[in-house]
Amino acid sequence: MDQLMIAGEKFESRLVLGTGGLPSLDVLDKVIHCSGTEMVTVALRRIEASTSGPLLSVLERCRVRLLPNTAGCMTAREAVLTAKLAREAFETSWVKLEVIGDEHTLLPDPVELLDAAEQLVADGFTVLPYTNDDPIMARRLADIGCAAVMPLGSPIGSGLGIRNPHNIALIREAVSVPVVLDAGIGTASDAALAMELGCDAVLLATAVTRAHDPELMATAMRDAVSAGRLAYRAGRIPRRWHAQASTQVSGLPEL
Amino acid sequence: MRITVNGRSLEAMPGWSVGDLVRSRTEEQRRVAVARNGEVVPRGQWDSTPLAEGDLIEVLAPVAGG
Repeated sequence: MDQLMIAGEKFESRLVLGTGGLPSLDVLDKVIHCSGTEMVTVALRRIEASTSGPLLSVLERCRVRLLPNTAGCMTAREAVLTAKLAREAFETSWVKLEVIGDEHTLLPDPVELLDAAEQLVADGFTVLPYTNDDPIMARRLADIGCAAVMPLGSPIGSGLGIRNPHNIALIREAVSVPVVLDAGIGTASDAALAMELGCDAVLLATAVTRAHDPELMATAMRDAVSAGRLAYRAGRIPRRWHAQASTQVSGLPEL
Repeated sequence: MRITVNGRSLEAMPGWSVGDLVRSRTEEQRRVAVARNGEVVPRGQWDSTPLAEGDLIEVLAPVAGG
């Protein structure tokens, strides 16, 4: 079987689903089911703003692994404390580590991210950092013990797809831990491209949760990730400048 | 005793613990996490952690998120 392995855990599905952005939690279990995902991201907020009751019952029914995030954190200190609170709340030491540099682009702050990742790895966390599409930064994060690296395709929620496919392929070459394309996926072809570039998995939320029909898009993403992975393993043909006939030339009659 | 809970200043009952405060906020205490003055208060220590004047408390619970 072609399974995904992260920190010794096996996954049949290579799609990680973010739960944010759905108009209603009523469709969350259907979306999870259609996507085939085995791991979904969740967050912590002040209890007055929480929807924990219905959310947790859906997630428990779906039997998916929870991956808490540190969304909204802008410093290493905030992110480390949020990860520790999430460990307490969700009883998991896995964390999607996000440390953003500003609220306009939501791009990662690499200096704070590396600092937070080092502290959390030292504290025994399984750290999956959301990072820029920078092969050097990805290597640094892998070197300090992150369980995976999660480069962005383009800014969170932008749906702009993969702006620098070359860097994503370079990241795949640069690290031995799983590479999870995180953020920027707009539609199924973006997810397929991520997998064709050699990514081990795709993490997406908005593309599904804000689609006109989230269940249908979840199904499309499941198939796109699967197709992209198969194409990567099959090996694409080299690109050629000129045409190459697929029907043999020998035996061509003179008419 | 003035404390700040989730950004709001309030008068806490004398002798209250973190556990008392959490129970006053929610019936569903599963999956709730508490920070006191920038440190996690583990669930097992809620009742043995008294509130103190000026405490900054955050009581957090799950939400859907990317």
